[in-house]
Amino acid sequence: MSLSLTECLLATTQEPRELADYQTGVPRWCNGCGDNAILSAVQRLCRDEKLAPEKTVFVSGIGCSSRLPHYMNTYGFHGLHGRALPLAEGVKMSRPDLHVFVSTGDGDCLSIGAAHWIHALRYNMDLTVLLHDNRIYGLTKKQVSPTSPLGTKSNTTPKGSYLAPLNPLTVTLGVQNVSFVAQAVDWIPELLAEIIAAAYRHKGLSFVRIVQRCPEFQPGAFDPFVLDPKRTLILRNELTLSAALAKVYTNQREHDASSIDRAREIASIEDPIPVGILFRDETVPCYEDLRHAGQPHTPELVRRGLEAELDKFTVWPGAPGPAA
Amino acid sequence: MTTTISEHIVEIISDSGEGAQRCGQAFAAIAAKSGNGIWTVEIIPAEIQPPARSIAGASGNRVRLGSGPVTNGGDEVDLVVAFNEQVLLGRVRAGELKPGCTILLESMWREHRDPTIVRAYLETYEMIVAEGYRVIEIPMERECRQLVSDPRKGKNMFVLGMLCSIYDLDLALAREQIAITFGKKDEKVIATNIQLLEAGSAWADAKLDFKYRVPAVPPSDTQVVMNGNTALALGILASGMEICAMYPITPATSASHYLSEIFERIGGVVHQAEDEIAACTFAIGASYAGKCAVTITSGPGFSLKQEAIGLAVMAEIPLVVVDVQRGGPSTGQPTKAEQGDLLAAMFGSHGDAPKVVLAVDGIEDCFYAMITARKIAETFNTVVVVLSDASLATAQQPFSRPVFDEEWLAPPVDQSAVAPGAKPYDWDPTTGLVRRSIPGQPHGMHTVTGLAHDRDSHVAYDSQTNEDGLRHRSLKLAALQRTLRCPPVFGPAEGDLLLVGWGSTKGAIEEAVTQLRSEGHRVSSLHLRFIQPMPSGIGEILRSFGKVMTIESNWSDRLEDTLIDADNRRHSALAMLLRSRFLVDVECWTEVRGRPIKPRSIRAAALAVVERELVPV
Ligand SMILES: Cc1ncc(C[n+]2csc(CCOP(=O)(O)OP(=O)(O)O)c2C)c(N)n1
Ligand code: SF4
Repeated sequence: MSLSLTECLLATTQEPRELADYQTGVPRWCNGCGDNAILSAVQRLCRDEKLAPEKTVFVSGIGCSSRLPHYMNTYGFHGLHGRALPLAEGVKMSRPDLHVFVSTGDGDCLSIGAAHWIHALRYNMDLTVLLHDNRIYGLTKKQVSPTSPLGTKSNTTPKGSYLAPLNPLTVTLGVQNVSFVAQAVDWIPELLAEIIAAAYRHKGLSFVRIVQRCPEFQPGAFDPFVLDPKRTLILRNELTLSAALAKVYTNQREHDASSIDRAREIASIEDPIPVGILFRDETVPCYEDLRHAGQPHTPELVRRGLEAELDKFTVWPGAPGPAA
Repeated sequence: MTTTISEHIVEIISDSGEGAQRCGQAFAAIAAKSGNGIWTVEIIPAEIQPPARSIAGASGNRVRLGSGPVTNGGDEVDLVVAFNEQVLLGRVRAGELKPGCTILLESMWREHRDPTIVRAYLETYEMIVAEGYRVIEIPMERECRQLVSDPRKGKNMFVLGMLCSIYDLDLALAREQIAITFGKKDEKVIATNIQLLEAGSAWADAKLDFKYRVPAVPPSDTQVVMNGNTALALGILASGMEICAMYPITPATSASHYLSEIFERIGGVVHQAEDEIAACTFAIGASYAGKCAVTITSGPGFSLKQEAIGLAVMAEIPLVVVDVQRGGPSTGQPTKAEQGDLLAAMFGSHGDAPKVVLAVDGIEDCFYAMITARKIAETFNTVVVVLSDASLATAQQPFSRPVFDEEWLAPPVDQSAVAPGAKPYDWDPTTGLVRRSIPGQPHGMHTVTGLAHDRDSHVAYDSQTNEDGLRHRSLKLAALQRTLRCPPVFGPAEGDLLLVGWGSTKGAIEEAVTQLRSEGHRVSSLHLRFIQPMPSGIGEILRSFGKVMTIESNWSDRLEDTLIDADNRRHSALAMLLRSRFLVDVECWTEVRGRPIKPRSIRAAALAVVERELVPV
């Protein structure tokens, strides 16, 4: 038994090269739901990067957003509300060879999963985290979420919500060790795909907040932004804007993604919505690399490790050493 | 005068920080090295910094040493060394001292400049003398001051020397033990401590007119001595598991401390997560991806993990969850022993979440249970809850040195190619078993979900598919049950009374049974290691006895309470399980005093039943 337990004995499949290779099932999201655009973007990414489906894992929590793994023809784990991140961390720790993505919602990540979110940023494992932020709870049929604008009427806040919303970008950028932060919107699919691809290519935890429309429970909430391209601020330098897009989205800005201060400044802008890569630091070490610095796990090592410890505890006969 | 005896129980108690723990552990190790059987019990103060000279602050170690193997901490103490009279008073009040017990008491308090201390000392001294204890006052600090400037630091080694003299233990072994204990410190520290040791021994040789000999009946094979949590950690290593995710909690933490020290050397990782929920889901993620991971916790942490445990059951992910039980509910009594989590382990998650519950029955079993747990978890793709408790966590005992077997590591995971079209939940209709599929295997792609699902792992909206899954997950327990052997009855297979226990109480129960039988009572005992599933044959055993009574350290209502009667009585956990499973009238006896149950108490409880049965009413 010289192979480690989980080294797969099989070669990977023929290079998959079509979108269809990554698609499965018919998404059961409402018509016009922004989650569809996010799904298309990740499928395109998988095709473009030629990710082997068997080496790719989509992990999610619970909520409409978290149904995404079911529509991917890869491995997937649709887990518990709020707990997608620690689950994905376990996967990555166990198998650094896998491409691990996380789909999570604003309730899932920023409310019940908030502790895990903050700590995932600290661990900085090589994960691509997609926060589907529709600013409302969808699956449970309209309750206020941590990102709902003040005054949002929902089933639990019929008179309007009482609290100022949480800004996931500024919070994220406040955490030491953060290494990649971006923002996208579901209604500009080209940029959405490009940003997700950049996030995937980044080594470390890439956190992408995607402003996602929920026509079912927040109909028209983002219309002012969708209808007026000026209310989108394009962070140009990292993106390759097509001529057509550049013509529509004229509100553009050069942005230095290596500066955390510049990133924080952009992050606090809520109108116009910044779209692009806010921050990137390639030098932050990944937790799995720090922890796997030791020996590979082999039976011989286990035996030696065990015998060395047992020697320490051997009391009789006086002389240490294994039994004859 | 030397008296030869077959066993003795010794306690060394001090304020915390005075080293009585270390003294007790060294004393036990020396006795074990001499070929004696030992069992140690830690006496832990409830607070981190209790006030000096307080009853609550007692910190130390109980060492039971015997000629042959010792299986529990025993009844009351034969000899106590106390560094002040207040810590001693606590032990007297708790009824821990045998009548006539020998007390070696630090006498410095008699001459203390604070008159209230002198008064307190004299009061206690007179009280214990009046109660008939043999009190020997010893100016321990004064003696030590001749050798060191801070006797508070060295007194414990002086005491160790005294004990070596009293119990006729080889000083060469003691010197060796000191070198091991202080191994990381410099030569000077070791030399000073050896000086103190020799001074203590010489003092006892000269001044005490009694000695005991506990002749060793040495075991024939190599022995190791360690506590339950160390054995757990080594078992994790030996089982081939590579990832342990945890969040600190007493009394589980020391296992992960030790593991953190040694695990990386074999390529393992101890991940301290942000909380228990994360620790458990992290372990699930690691197991899902192909390794079997373990998460170690205690009471409140175990509660937090319950939702994730249900997920692992539903998704059929192998997972080992260790619960080193402590006093509960809530934060309860963190440093105290209790067996309160059995039903939480069985039924803790919501819905029907069948899982394996394995209760370790001793320190040695803490090691082997981890190997068994991993094999079961991976073979049956399920959760194995391993229950230990605070009394095993810190107790030490020698056992045969494990002989490494590569089989321990062998992965039961089928790594061959997934046949195109194979279903991830292609349950065997008779066993519920299913081939485990892990990411990386071509043709095996599917999404695991905590939602009800069909054989393709597709979300099932119809209740029939849900029922199908429930049925197969439940069948797995039956499949495992068929492979389990019925535990042996301790004593004859029929009689008037059967005592049934689980977990750390095994040694004490069997000792009580041995005693009762020697007195002519027809009492036997049965100890359960697998509580879910329960091996077959147990019902028959229960029915072969006139009366069955469980012995546990969890709550059961007292019949003497006015409001309690047979209809409203809440039975202890195992009694409840046995009654419902076997329709047998199981009586229960429990004690929840935060300390290991004593053989003497078990004997008394059993006698009450036997005698009640003999007297017709
Ligand atoms: C422990 C737990 N609490 C509550 C729920 C119910 N629940 C399911 S989804 C959800 C909210 C999801 O909101 P969000 O993350 O914003 O996702 P969306 O549906 O909007 O995509 C809640 C509260 C649950 N499944 N588990
Ligand atoms: S409820 Fe909202 S978020 Fe959920 S599927 Fe419908 S539109 Fe999308």
